[in-house]
Amino acid sequence: MHDVAIVGIGMHEFGRHDGVSGMDQGVVAVRRALADAGAQWEDLEFAFGGSKDAGSPDTMVSRLGLTGLQFINVHNGCATGGSALISSYNAIRSGTFEIGIALGFDKHERGAFRVRTRGDNLEWYGESGMALTTQFFGMKINRYMHDYGITQNTLAKVSTKAFRNGALNPMAWRRKPFSEEEVLESTMLSYPLTQYMFCSPGEGGVALVLVRADKAKEYTDNPVYLKSCVVKSRRFGSFEVFSPHLANEFSEGPTVDASKAAFEMAGIGPEEIDIAQLQDTESGAEVMHMAENGFCEHGEQESMIQNGETEIDGKFPVNTDGGCLANGEPIGASGLRQVYENVLQLRGDAGERQVPGDPRTAYTHVYGAPGISGVTILSR
Amino acid sequence: MVQVSVQDTVLTGIPEEPRLIGGKCPDCDNHVFPMQKDCPKCTGDQIEKVDLSTKGILWTWTIQGFPPKSPPYIGETDPENFEAYGVGYVELPGEVKVEARLTENDPTRLRVGMEMELTVVPLAVDEEGNEVVTFAFRPTENN
Ligand SMILES: [Zn+2]
Repeated sequence: MHDVAIVGIGMHEFGRHDGVSGMDQGVVAVRRALADAGAQWEDLEFAFGGSKDAGSPDTMVSRLGLTGLQFINVHNGCATGGSALISSYNAIRSGTFEIGIALGFDKHERGAFRVRTRGDNLEWYGESGMALTTQFFGMKINRYMHDYGITQNTLAKVSTKAFRNGALNPMAWRRKPFSEEEVLESTMLSYPLTQYMFCSPGEGGVALVLVRADKAKEYTDNPVYLKSCVVKSRRFGSFEVFSPHLANEFSEGPTVDASKAAFEMAGIGPEEIDIAQLQDTESGAEVMHMAENGFCEHGEQESMIQNGETEIDGKFPVNTDGGCLANGEPIGASGLRQVYENVLQLRGDAGERQVPGDPRTAYTHVYGAPGISGVTILSR
Repeated sequence: MVQVSVQDTVLTGIPEEPRLIGGKCPDCDNHVFPMQKDCPKCTGDQIEKVDLSTKGILWTWTIQGFPPKSPPYIGETDPENFEAYGVGYVELPGEVKVEARLTENDPTRLRVGMEMELTVVPLAVDEEGNEVVTFAFRPTENN
């Protein structure tokens, strides 16, 4: 097995870009990642590319160069970006290739994701008004608040932190800070979650150049190493989005499983992680994912967040780039954005939002339909 | 107006006695909803149809505060006339938790652990003039 390093990162600004296709944004991200690595498109031996709504990523070879590289499209729900990354990771780790690129981009229609239930015997589910991801998040955090004493004010604090961090991030979509009152008084979309507690589908692109670790110094003086990369699907008894029924018996969800496997693979524990980017489809998700990923006990988030521990200058910074809340969620790119941010932070290149204290380890986590989680652990 | 089920293989007995049709695995007793042959618990494929219990306990809930996109939703989507509605999981003892509409849309009148019973709510009027209904749970009088 070979170690894997990230030597180039590129991103197209997240947000809304009228007249710019999702593919255009993916191509920009690839060119920026190559420039960052000091590599050429023709150097790449493989690409794994993901997009949900913006076309087949492999067609971008007609714009970047018809070099004959192995280009595989990845389509895996909300873990699309994470799946492109794990595929790239394994391609190098196995010794098959020395250098390649993981990329993702997307462009979605406005408003909550439209779910097509036609043709899979669940027409009635959508027709009855239950095929909405927002309801799942509302129901999961509502039960969690009941069980563990998380308050709505803590949910608001997660949002205000996200928008404050987003304001410091030139690549973020939403760069205007909001007050807790504004968050709490915005439209109630799915009780107890208000409009400013939810992220929106958006646009953007991210690309990462990966190489076999022994080649890393040929490209950069400050490589960042991928210590683990895991994707897990759900087990029987877990509570997931789009479930017309749940089993009465309980089992942990895919986030817990992916997290445990990732820590085991990296040979470190949660207490050794300096920064984390956690899936924050809405502010309650960030709260629950802190515990599901092993960073605290259930319920401890209440005091951690009230005490500012997850702020950029706190003990355990979470979602330093503003997360999904400030960046929006272009599905193909979202998981890769988290890795991009962690590479910047570990290089010390995060500018105004740089986490102090010379962070050495960083963690990413994505979660989405139909019950899938992806985790990475990076270190310098 | 004549009431018809949004999907009669899922919700039957309209209008007198609404029932949800689920399945039970003869190998491991696992229940599913809606009916499917394959068992996600024991990986068997012989699940048999059963009528699910009409009473249960509210396990969690939310309020749908904005009109869902149409399609797929067939209920009211005009923001002027849309009325928020409750959605929750109701735990049917010994069976499954079923995701369902709730008749109640006021957060102060819903709580985890409430006793609930099956009913229906109207969604739309179809081309033949029938009232299309879907299943819902309402708090019982014991609350
Ligand atoms: Zn079974």
